[in-house]
Amino acid sequence: MNKRLLALLSVLVLASMVLAACGTPAATEAPAAEAPAATEAPAAATEAPAAAAAMGTIKIATQSPLSGGQSLLGVAIKQGAELALEQLSGDLTAMGYDVQLAPYDDQATPDVGVANAKNIVADSEILCGVGHLNSGVMIPSSEEYHTAGLAFISPANTNPVVTTRGYLEVNRVVGRDDVQAPAAEEYAFSTLGAKSVYIIHDKTAYGQGVAEFFRAAAEEDGITVVDFVGTEETANFDAIIAPLVASAPDVVFFAGIYNQAGVFFKQAREAGFEGTFLGTDGMDSSDLADLAGDALTTGGGMAYTTVAGPASAYPKAAQFVTDYTAKFGAAPEAYATQAYDSMGVCLTAIKAAAEAAGGMPTRAQVAEAIRAVSYEGLTSTIAFDEIGDLPLAKYFIIKVNASTKDAWGTNEIIDSFDLPSPGK
Amino acid sequence: MKQFTSNPFYKFILFPIGQILVFALGASLVLSLFTVLLAFIFRSAMTEFDLVERVLLILPQVVINGLTIGFVYSTIALGYTMVYGVLEFINFSHSEIFMVGGIVGVELMAYFDHTGALQTMNQYVIIALAIILGMVISGSLAVTVERIAYKPLRGAPRLVPLISAIGMSFFLQDAVRLILSLTTGEFNVILPSFGTFDEFLVLAVPGIATPLRFQIKSILLVGVTVVMLVGLNYLVNGTKVGKAIRAVAQDRPSASLMGINVNMIISVTFLIGGALGGAAGVLFALKATKLDPFVGFFPGLKAFTAAVLGGIGNLTGALLGGLILGLLESFSASYLSTFTNGAFGAEYKDIFAFAILILVLIFRPSGLLGQTVGQKA
Repeated sequence: MNKRLLALLSVLVLASMVLAACGTPAATEAPAAEAPAATEAPAAATEAPAAAAAMGTIKIATQSPLSGGQSLLGVAIKQGAELALEQLSGDLTAMGYDVQLAPYDDQATPDVGVANAKNIVADSEILCGVGHLNSGVMIPSSEEYHTAGLAFISPANTNPVVTTRGYLEVNRVVGRDDVQAPAAEEYAFSTLGAKSVYIIHDKTAYGQGVAEFFRAAAEEDGITVVDFVGTEETANFDAIIAPLVASAPDVVFFAGIYNQAGVFFKQAREAGFEGTFLGTDGMDSSDLADLAGDALTTGGGMAYTTVAGPASAYPKAAQFVTDYTAKFGAAPEAYATQAYDSMGVCLTAIKAAAEAAGGMPTRAQVAEAIRAVSYEGLTSTIAFDEIGDLPLAKYFIIKVNASTKDAWGTNEIIDSFDLPSPGK
Repeated sequence: MKQFTSNPFYKFILFPIGQILVFALGASLVLSLFTVLLAFIFRSAMTEFDLVERVLLILPQVVINGLTIGFVYSTIALGYTMVYGVLEFINFSHSEIFMVGGIVGVELMAYFDHTGALQTMNQYVIIALAIILGMVISGSLAVTVERIAYKPLRGAPRLVPLISAIGMSFFLQDAVRLILSLTTGEFNVILPSFGTFDEFLVLAVPGIATPLRFQIKSILLVGVTVVMLVGLNYLVNGTKVGKAIRAVAQDRPSASLMGINVNMIISVTFLIGGALGGAAGVLFALKATKLDPFVGFFPGLKAFTAAVLGGIGNLTGALLGGLILGLLESFSASYLSTFTNGAFGAEYKDIFAFAILILVLIFRPSGLLGQTVGQKA
């Protein structure tokens, strides 16, 4: 009996090893434990036979949710960065460096993000990073990056706290919530003429932050804030919807991410809510149309503000869209273009630092170079201010016309403006 | 009178349905009255709006919501309580069995959608097929889990199979996650929309301002759950297998001396509990429209709480506990914000429900309907 057990055990171990090796994205198959998730990703990166480069290996890490409910956007970030690495690392390769991508899966969870961050900073070949998707994961992880002096450029984090701490190592190529939320409120007040709003947030750093800014702006303009509710519920919103429908607000502002919002919108519309749904950049995903269906287009419809417009909004990104679709088989989701630019900034800065240092640059030199660089990106000219924000960032207001996943491209940009960053 | 009470139609159909009705109405009434009383007491504290009016406005809808989710919790709780009754062991992987049943049912409907049969077949037939498939898969999974993880630990100290159950729960979550990522590549399993399930039956009741809205899928959920509860009651109280289950639950050694195959009965118990959990999963999927591998965790935890609240090991207790917990959750989520003027929002609904659980257990440790069982010699 014992021998049989041993045989069975060894077969199971062998099977799991085979599964782990044969899987496509090694990161998505790893079980929930953080350690395997983090260690399998660098294994995938270093599995590619590293041609012994004359000057050494430079790795650029990405951290975003590659598995889980928000993986559509997380994978888009990784793929945008991957495409940029492929297309823009020519200069560095010519200098003799071997440039590689080191993708990590933070599962949109702060604990996993921090555990991965520790692994990232421990790998001395990683000189720069692109990530995260969630501000709530970026804020604790960037403490690790700051301690190790490793520079990270965010293609998607909008919570002000990410940069107001004033770390040299933290930068972002998008706008901030303390500008985005008032822009959403302005749309609700002026364009929609809303007199009452019901605010719901998802209790993360991002969601609650946006909701607070929106509430402050709404109270200033005299809009009645009927209620301010936080919820982590993902399946059954009946109990929250009952008082909402009874109080019949003009606008429901949902500060959260699409995977939770989609289900909520569907159930709210079914329960009889006739007004408009309003959201921020967490809504920008074709999966939202998949989950909510025609709840987005019936009644008052749905609109959202975002700091990262669709690739079609950027005139310079046409070639990027073609290349991305050819390489990955699907149109780029939100933040893919921003991830492309973030990687471009990383590469340019590393090149500048390497030239200045006359060899392999240190992380501190790369971080300094990022702040000094002025980069012509697909989204805009990127030059960071003293805390890592863009001095002038683009914001969009997008009206949703899609009720199915494939029609997501039919959403129209109602308005777009450049607004200055509030600074510290 | 005796002839009437021993008449099988009464015993197995009227009485259980009557019992369910009494529990549902009784719990709703008690909670509603309590809430309205609180509203009257605190009426003067709220200056901006009339608290009583606010409360009464959404009261019918809150009760309907509470009963709907309450029935789901009851069905899942039955799985926990049956296994506890027979083995004195809490099957923590039951929440994942519930999740697997739901996902299997949704995948079946997605398959029908893919082949185009979803639009042509009768919607109730599709749901029935999904529920049956969910029950079969969940039941078999439960029996398999029992054979692999619990049977070898039958003689071990009580803590050991408990930890095995928790480990099995994690294993199932990630196994499903792995399978989903390998087959569909999606984390979420989304229910395709079909039929008239999303529509509402609107009932204008004189005396109530807003007409009551019953969603077809909620009516279906409650209907199927009641049928299953009645069926389970008949199975446990009116068949030989049920008698054997009750015998094993009462005294395992004596039951085996009486010629009952205890191992088989235990497997049958897991099968029934798993099947109920699977059906609950499909019905929950109908309501929630989107499932993922971790969707079983919270409903499972709450259903276990419901089973304890009602008296673990007692089937009627699981029913009552589920209904009460569902109502408590619905009431607190909808009313907390109103009563505390925004200080506590809907996110504290679970604190409320669990606080009630703790209070009940302090004053009645065996649960509402549980019996204090003396130490088995």
